Amino acid sequence: MSRAALLVLADGRFPAGGHAHSGGAEPAVTAGRIKDAATLERFCRGRLHTAGLVAAALAAAAAAGCDPLLLDDAADARTPVPALRTTARKLGRQMMRAARATWPSAELDELAAARPRGAHQPVVLGLAARSAGLEPLDAAHAVAYETISGPATAAVRLLSLDPFDATAVLARLAPELEQVAEQGAEAAHRVATEGTDALPAASAPLLDITAQQHVGWPVRLFAS
Amino acid sequence: MTPSPPRPVTGLRATARITARADARGSTRLPVLDGDGPLALRRLRAHGNQARVCVVGAMSAPLGGDRLAIEVTAEAGTAVRITSAAATVALPGRTGEPATYDVRLTVADGARLDWLPEPLISAAGSDLRMTTTVDLAPTARLVLREEQVLGRSGERPGTLRSRLTVRRAGRTLLDQETAYGPGVPGWDTSAVLDGHRAVGQLLVADPEWEAEPPDVRLLGDAAAERPGAGDGDGAGQGVLAPLAGPAALATVVAPDALKLRRLLDEAAEAVEAARSAAAG
Repeated sequence: MSRAALLVLADGRFPAGGHAHSGGAEPAVTAGRIKDAATLERFCRGRLHTAGLVAAALAAAAAAGCDPLLLDDAADARTPVPALRTTARKLGRQMMRAARATWPSAELDELAAARPRGAHQPVVLGLAARSAGLEPLDAAHAVAYETISGPATAAVRLLSLDPFDATAVLARLAPELEQVAEQGAEAAHRVATEGTDALPAASAPLLDITAQQHVGWPVRLFAS
Repeated sequence: MTPSPPRPVTGLRATARITARADARGSTRLPVLDGDGPLALRRLRAHGNQARVCVVGAMSAPLGGDRLAIEVTAEAGTAVRITSAAATVALPGRTGEPATYDVRLTVADGARLDWLPEPLISAAGSDLRMTTTVDLAPTARLVLREEQVLGRSGERPGTLRSRLTVRRAGRTLLDQETAYGPGVPGWDTSAVLDGHRAVGQLLVADPEWEAEPPDVRLLGDAAAERPGAGDGDGAGQGVLAPLAGPAALATVVAPDALKLRRLLDEAAEAVEAARSAAAG
């Protein structure tokens, strides 16, 4: 295992386009659901245990060597609104470009050829982790972290929230992030014997509803 | 109503079964209509070629420790509509064990199943694990409504985990788990429910949509231009959107069961309109 590779992959400056996305924070800020550090924390906790858990498990399964095309189908079945499927594929395509330049591998090339418009981002990230020599649990950590760091960074920009407070939110959620990553990796481990049904499917109705609503806004700061 | 049979202390096991079969004239018959324990079945008057069944609760269930199941098979070319007489209330049992309720729906080619039960109410202290597993043949059609109410009026909810898995022609079209109540991390947050206590889905699968899926439609407060704060007391909100396959799913959260039904009915009307436009 390479701890340094994990830092490179999980770095917010890794050029995979994540900065343009708020992870649902923009509509939540507009609706008044996120207005300070405490409400940001609640939002992030909800996202972490739902979308975050599913994404962590997908990434861990891809890192473990499960068929990425089956995982991509499983991601589609777990993403009921087109706005979020489109976002996941767009981010997947950008992640793929960055990953192939950073940790080239035949497996990444194959997935890129099979899904030219992009595979779901967590699947690509998991495969990138695999190409970088990382473990499934590392991939789960990276994805779970991204699930909450995205909204936290966006909230700083949208609300002029104190960056110290936003980072403190992430630190407070660290123990739960650890749990979610472990849960995701454990589920991914079972995919080899039980198939993709073993992946969690935790849903967050408001994330789905507001993502589809947000994509129709004429003016928005973030792509999602 | 039949008098309630005595209840075992450790929780009961019951599996109700319905099979719909087309007769020579194209009408749907029900050669299997077997109620069991708390799941009594009543045949309702047919509607054209469509057979109709109502699930009647013959006793209070599910209680903790109960293991309930309903299996429905709509054979090729049939049309069957299944409703329930009243809401199902998940209640705590004597043992503290969770209850399970497994719904298995199989719809063959050319058949249409409407599965439209009344809401499931998760009462304080209850713990229910529900699964709904649907297998659709390539040309099967389905209308499925699922409504969950978290707690009776003014009450804290129980724990309710519900997984909905829909396979079509062997491929998974939708896999979704909702989990609410005590012991579920993050369930009562602004990313998930934001204080809403009624949540539901309407799933419609139709092979006609293989070519062109129905349009996205925002429902209730979500359809407002740029909704501000203060929902939770509003009309509720939702979205009707195509899945990655010939099906559409409406997802709705609302302050109560009545508002939830109103938005799900709106979604159902939109879907029927899209369908008749596609057919015409």
